[in-house]
Amino acid sequence: MELIVFAVTAVLAIASACVAVVHRQPVVNVLSLIVAFFCVAVNFALLGASFLAAAQILVYAGAILVLFLFVVMLLNAPVVEGDEQGKRPVQRIGGILLPLLLLAGGAAVLAPTLVASAAAPTEGTGHALGRLLVGPHLFAFELVSVLLLAALVAAMVLVKRKQ
Amino acid sequence: MSVPTNYFILLATALFAIGAAGVLLRRNGISILLGIEIMLNAVNLALATFARQHGNLDGQVLVFFVMAVAAAEVAVGLALLVAIFRRHRSIDVDRLNVMRW
Repeated sequence: MELIVFAVTAVLAIASACVAVVHRQPVVNVLSLIVAFFCVAVNFALLGASFLAAAQILVYAGAILVLFLFVVMLLNAPVVEGDEQGKRPVQRIGGILLPLLLLAGGAAVLAPTLVASAAAPTEGTGHALGRLLVGPHLFAFELVSVLLLAALVAAMVLVKRKQ
Repeated sequence: MSVPTNYFILLATALFAIGAAGVLLRRNGISILLGIEIMLNAVNLALATFARQHGNLDGQVLVFFVMAVAAAEVAVGLALLVAIFRRHRSIDVDRLNVMRW
């Protein structure tokens, strides 16, 4: 049963990520990426990381991609990519070859063996993660809040119009 | 039965390769940021997989931090794109060939 769910979401995630990469229209890219991120959230749930599954949907599909969609519609930039494609053959070949090499290497190493999961899987509930966050990882947790504040101020400064 | 660990890692590798191809091939600034998001998500999946494999939650805590950093990166990246678009009327990264103007 879990294998079936994994297979469906994996195929859907890869397909929609491919659409997100190759399609010409930015709106289609963002919308298909939402599908891919939902599939990754299902995979988090399969891994026993229920808090991460919820955070994935809330943060990625709910906040980050909505921000992308907002900027795509705000800019409404014309699609003028097609005529640029023929100019850089080295970049195109490298851009196709390097990921393929990575994929082939990963498949060659990972496919033959079959690694079973640990005997006692741990549940990544909000309770367990929260105890770790405010316990051993408290300093990093506070640093993240400073980072988010800095990003907030930076974004406001960058888009501010000078009158 | 639960899904073997290397299936998840293979999926993460495939997603990372797709994201890397997007960053290398596309010239649209928004599409490049989307490729970075795909790669970060692939790494998150791999981290959660290893957390399950080793039976502790530190990997999941790291995923949480990666998500926070990704959110900050997207906010700043999109703000940069908006600022660039105001000046150049384009978000084609090939046109950004001067360090100052």
